[in-house]
Amino acid sequence: MTQPQAAEAGGKLTIDPAVVAQARLLASQAGQPIVEMARSHTTVSVERAVLRLAGLSGSDGDGMPLVNHLVDAVRAQVGLEHGVALPAFDAIAAGRHADLAALAAAAAAGQAAFRLPSGADADAARAAASQALAAGFARIDANRLVRQEMIARTSEPRKPWMYLIVATGDIYEDIPQAQAAAREGADVVAVIRSTGQSLLDYVPEGATREGFAGTYATQENFRLMRAALDDVSRELGRYVRLTNYASGLCMPEIASLAGLERLDMMLNDSMYGIIFRDINPRRTLIDQRFSRQVHARAGIIINTGEDNYLTTADPVDAAHTVIVSQLLNEFFGKEAGLADEQLGLGHAFEIGPEVPDQFLLELAHAQLVRELFPRAPLKYMPPTKHMTGNIFGGYLLDAFFNLAAVMTGQEILLIGMMTEGIHTPFLSDRDLALENAHYVRSAAGRLAESFRPEPGGFIDRRAGQVLAESVDLLRRIAGDGLLNAIADGTFGITRRPADGGRGLDGVIVKADGYFNPAGDILDGGAR
Amino acid sequence: MTGRVIRPYGDTTGDGQVQLSFTLPVPFGTADERARAEGAALQLAGKMGLDPAMVVHAKGIGPDFTFCIVYGRVHHLVDLSQVTVARREFDELSPAEVNLRIRAALGRKLVVVGATIGTDAHTVGIDAILNVKGHAGEKGLEYYREIKVVNLGSQVEIPRLVATARAEGADAVLVSQVVTQKDAHIKNTSELAAAFGPPGPGRPVLIVGGPRFDPTMAAELGVDKIFGKGTTPRDVASYLVHALASAEEHRER
Repeated sequence: MTQPQAAEAGGKLTIDPAVVAQARLLASQAGQPIVEMARSHTTVSVERAVLRLAGLSGSDGDGMPLVNHLVDAVRAQVGLEHGVALPAFDAIAAGRHADLAALAAAAAAGQAAFRLPSGADADAARAAASQALAAGFARIDANRLVRQEMIARTSEPRKPWMYLIVATGDIYEDIPQAQAAAREGADVVAVIRSTGQSLLDYVPEGATREGFAGTYATQENFRLMRAALDDVSRELGRYVRLTNYASGLCMPEIASLAGLERLDMMLNDSMYGIIFRDINPRRTLIDQRFSRQVHARAGIIINTGEDNYLTTADPVDAAHTVIVSQLLNEFFGKEAGLADEQLGLGHAFEIGPEVPDQFLLELAHAQLVRELFPRAPLKYMPPTKHMTGNIFGGYLLDAFFNLAAVMTGQEILLIGMMTEGIHTPFLSDRDLALENAHYVRSAAGRLAESFRPEPGGFIDRRAGQVLAESVDLLRRIAGDGLLNAIADGTFGITRRPADGGRGLDGVIVKADGYFNPAGDILDGGAR
Repeated sequence: MTGRVIRPYGDTTGDGQVQLSFTLPVPFGTADERARAEGAALQLAGKMGLDPAMVVHAKGIGPDFTFCIVYGRVHHLVDLSQVTVARREFDELSPAEVNLRIRAALGRKLVVVGATIGTDAHTVGIDAILNVKGHAGEKGLEYYREIKVVNLGSQVEIPRLVATARAEGADAVLVSQVVTQKDAHIKNTSELAAAFGPPGPGRPVLIVGGPRFDPTMAAELGVDKIFGKGTTPRDVASYLVHALASAEEHRER
């Protein structure tokens, strides 16, 4: 992966490296207890992800996935404290079921019996499970190579990558829209999900044509869209990346499907589902560790969701919460095996245009993020709160956003729509938005190399202030514990108690002898 | 009296100048295609009543589409005496006045339960009205000393909203709907109204809001009030005081 801006961007602000080191230390102190929790627990979705990686797909006549049936049946009979793989592969080894699909179908019909094997039987079940998982990871590894070959045969787009969203609800409508967006200059296409999906405790199956404000994330939809973007990548001689959302109650499964179908980037924030979807904090934090391990293995760039805090809280007063969350996301991401180049840390241009020195404040925040994470492909989000319906004013605001992005070396640019908040973008809205971004990239793309905020000047001081506030908040979080901080409304001014929200009943304490062949492969990190 | 009958204003009274932009599903590649696309744009403008019209900008979007910006003159007259406006039936109050009137009328805090219902995950609207932070420079309802806010957040099932409203003794239920695909906001609002039943003692004031709502549809959808785009927390607080006062009056009679 290339990051030309990263090397050029360092050291324009007079921030104290000792303060930065202190911030990272505090983030790791705040995060470490969460890692311990994630290591000692599993969830129904982690277990379903194991089955998906072992090759189980499909659903019953009502659309309920077989992985849900199998995990539910195992849980009902022997519990999930030892993982789903041991009892499931033991049942297959006993010879009553041909394979996982047959076993799951029997489980769905209430005709599968499970036990916790021991001794040689357990060894045999573990060996069979590990073999099945090895095949799944071989596919993920192969996809990683295919991506590299595709980039070599086409080309790597120039940074910042232009990121566009399509969202019709119908995958067969999304495909021509995504291809059109790529032809107009999109480097990254995100298929936004149906708005209810994050709260479904299963992943829908097959190609879907009905969704609300988005299209369901399914394995088949992933496959169809990646194939369509491969076609257009070859046509354009430029590799067009595909993005989806590994968040919500099925985060580990969706991450696994992304790896199996060669998605390139995934929205995957450590706290987003907690704050904005009221998903149980423990469930989310356990699920995100496994999902990030899969992303790490698959060479997927994650995108984090700090931009969202600024749509809820005041973007000036809460600027430091973005930095704090980024440092936590960095800690959790690296602990899970992600490289710096896979950390698409998020932030946003959301300060109101009426605020004096708005652009200077935005530059200070964006440059601070750039310098704190010099190798991360930063994801920069356009204004949404102040898109008032005045499309002309909005177009100007988006141009300033684009300018801030190139001046501070942002790498993944979500293209702002002047019709934000009015309707889902028209074809012409996207075209005009890309024209705006392309103009700024062409006219001012090299401005970063000449942008030197004056030491001790407004921008420099503001960046230092935000960093200092971040350290103060991190100190508090490290002292109180992250779960308590989330419960107190530290992020996005929304209170989320550790035992509230959806999905806590899907969290299970691991027993001694817990077996997860996917986790073993991922923890080993072997490629 | 001037201005009872008007036309749009470009730079001269009565010139009727308007601008519009649209995309046509025709190619804009060869010279012939370009001429045809611009001709098609002019025909559309003509049928819309623009005469004369001028295509000031046309650009191909991909192989199959043409984007056009058109300026033209409309001859239609707007009769201001025939303009209908949804009149605001309540006074705009300051937070201090709102608090005072609640105290006087209720002798306790006014309870508001807010949520986004159905599959709508957007909390921007409800948060802008409820959160202390507020919107457009105005503090949200949490800031009002005499209002107790219970914000359930996004994707709340209607039965849970009803149960919470009952448990909290809600005076008002505030629901935001941003997603409008397939008219989800209309459907959800009707379901909400059905779940709470007809207006009467014990039923909280039902308020919905969102950028794509038509504020005149409240009665049709079975709610008490609909707020559209640009609503501020103060609008909602002022309405609450108004609705509350009317309810009290009804009870006295």
